[in-house]
Amino acid sequence: MTSHARTVTPGADPLHQPSPAIQVKNIVKKYGDFEAVKGVNFEVADGEIFGLLGPNGAGKSTLIRMMTTLIPVTSGKALVGGHDVTKGSNEVRRMIGVIPQALTSDQDLTVEENLIIYAKLYSVPKVEREKNINEVLEAVDLTKWRGAQTKTLSGGMRRRLEIARGLVHNPRIFFLDEPTTGLDPVSRIAVWEMLNNLKKTRNLTMLLTTHYMEEADRLCDRIAIVDHGKLVALGTPVELKQSVPGSNVVEVQFSREDEDWKSRLQKLPGVTEVESQSAGVYRVLTSNGSQTTTQLVEMANGMGEQLRSLMVQNTTLDDVFVHYTGRQLRDETVKAVFQMPPRPGAH
Amino acid sequence: MNRFLAIVEREMRKFFRSPVLMIMSMMLPIVQLVILGHAYGGHIQGARVAVVDHDGGPQAVKVREAFDSVAANIATFTTFNYDNETQAKEDVRTGKVDAAVIIPAQYSRRVYAKDAPRLGLVVDNSDQLMSGSIESEMQLLVNALNGPVIEDRVVKNIALNIVELYPYVEYMKYLLAGSIALAMYISVMIGGGMLYIDDKARGVHEGYLVTPISKLELVMGLNVAGAIKAVLAGISISVIGSLMAGLGVIFRPGADLNLFFLILGTALAFNGMMFLMMVRVDDPLVPRAMFGVLNTLLFFPSGAISPVAAFPKWLRAIAIVDPFTYAIHGFKAIMLKDGGFVAIRGDLIFLFAFGIGTLLVATPLFKRTL
Repeated sequence: MTSHARTVTPGADPLHQPSPAIQVKNIVKKYGDFEAVKGVNFEVADGEIFGLLGPNGAGKSTLIRMMTTLIPVTSGKALVGGHDVTKGSNEVRRMIGVIPQALTSDQDLTVEENLIIYAKLYSVPKVEREKNINEVLEAVDLTKWRGAQTKTLSGGMRRRLEIARGLVHNPRIFFLDEPTTGLDPVSRIAVWEMLNNLKKTRNLTMLLTTHYMEEADRLCDRIAIVDHGKLVALGTPVELKQSVPGSNVVEVQFSREDEDWKSRLQKLPGVTEVESQSAGVYRVLTSNGSQTTTQLVEMANGMGEQLRSLMVQNTTLDDVFVHYTGRQLRDETVKAVFQMPPRPGAH
Repeated sequence: MNRFLAIVEREMRKFFRSPVLMIMSMMLPIVQLVILGHAYGGHIQGARVAVVDHDGGPQAVKVREAFDSVAANIATFTTFNYDNETQAKEDVRTGKVDAAVIIPAQYSRRVYAKDAPRLGLVVDNSDQLMSGSIESEMQLLVNALNGPVIEDRVVKNIALNIVELYPYVEYMKYLLAGSIALAMYISVMIGGGMLYIDDKARGVHEGYLVTPISKLELVMGLNVAGAIKAVLAGISISVIGSLMAGLGVIFRPGADLNLFFLILGTALAFNGMMFLMMVRVDDPLVPRAMFGVLNTLLFFPSGAISPVAAFPKWLRAIAIVDPFTYAIHGFKAIMLKDGGFVAIRGDLIFLFAFGIGTLLVATPLFKRTL
């Protein structure tokens, strides 16, 4: 079963180049009978930040693990920097930097020692090693913490150390598996800024996975939406949002629940889609937010109904996700916290 | 080479930065050495023996004088006079006294009449060590009473001349070999097995696997680091234990060299065994659960506490393939008997072969991917 992502603007991929940094062709990963990745195809251009967006258990980490040679590919092909991840795994490893989902730096070692060990694992010569360590520490703003034991760092600083560790051998392609999961909002924004700076200063190609809409929206040049092991949509954030019918979202909650609300909302001018959510909340996609809102308030007043809440916003990636998968990403994410998917490799 | 050394460097930096592992690996063997060494090393002293004298004659007095002599000298037991035999037996049963000697009525008359005189001994045989010691002491005492007043000019009994090759070995010294091996085993289990699986579970290995390090470099790095930690634990406990037990072997350079080779072989064997067992394990609970089972299964049948010859056949079979057996045999040969290289050659061959063999089996089983 091959998953062809719906490219929302076919033939209009500005970053497409003859030799992309990453090429994934019909890649499949199976654990016994369970198919975690179902024939995925995409390409990442040189210097691009490419995001895999999806809920926990969608197959994002499995995809990134196949591309970083951590798990074998069941079928299909992945080329990273022109090298096959199966046949040329060592060549691939030399040119990539990987930031895993968990914080894995050694807590008993200092910041600098962590970087030294990894530079040695990549056989970086001593002179170059010292220069690289100084540069990456500067880039992630950890220079004054170089002698500190890792266990004394905050979560955000540790994540920055992981990023520095992944860069210590000057990789061409950078893989980040949920780089801001578990960070507070301030640290998250700091990491985003840092990644943007790194992209500019080092001309890195980045592939990151995330389940944060805002992160994908702010960081990525292009986003692939992953659901149940398939790519369901692919494009720039703007293209993806434009692909959803309606440019605004009106979220309304009535004081009284009624089965007729949905049909009444659908009749309002400009409305393209109405989605019923929990606790009597309706999400209304509309091409004209202000007009729909006015009509909605008038309708409620005319019926003597009161509105408990009303919110108008532009189309978000959440709406894109709902449009392409029929579910909300945040619901899936919350559900996944309580229903952990089987660990890869576990039988 | 650089990558393999990077793994060793990382492990050693962690090891020296956190002395908990070193302390933990030495704590149990030292406590065991001190407690068991002193608990089982000495003779029974101060056992309480009830004496019920139904006779009261001159020969009974002679027996009681002999008891007083034991109490005043070797002090294996002290005696308490009882009037009531039933009460004395009851007190043995309830543990108030450890044994009761019954001198029956007419005992003196029977001695003079050479009419098979008898003394009764009631012991609490639920405690084999105590009852055995009292029985043995009583037997010596009775033998002495049986001795003729005037010795024959020619001794008719066959005599056994015992030649002890080595000075008296206190139990603490006997235990030291086991303590060294145990410290190395704990170091390998905690510093190798548990930390290895914990690192795996925390994703540290995932970090290694995305670098160009080869499978062989990674296996070698982990095992060399584990072996170095075990060697350090072995050397430390050899020095500390020898000083505590009063063994001067560590001050002889020749013996030290043999000891070092034996520690190295033991570290390699233990590390190889551990790596083979943990190579496909992902759950951090597994090495913790295995720790106690393996300790009992391998340490006790090895001859560390009591000789292998005293074990049943199936337990001896375990001892044959148990690296503890050879490590302990070798340590005893060097530390207690001052045996040279010849004395430990067989042990070294087994330990190195076992270590290399287990690593050769474990390496192909090691997965370079998650």
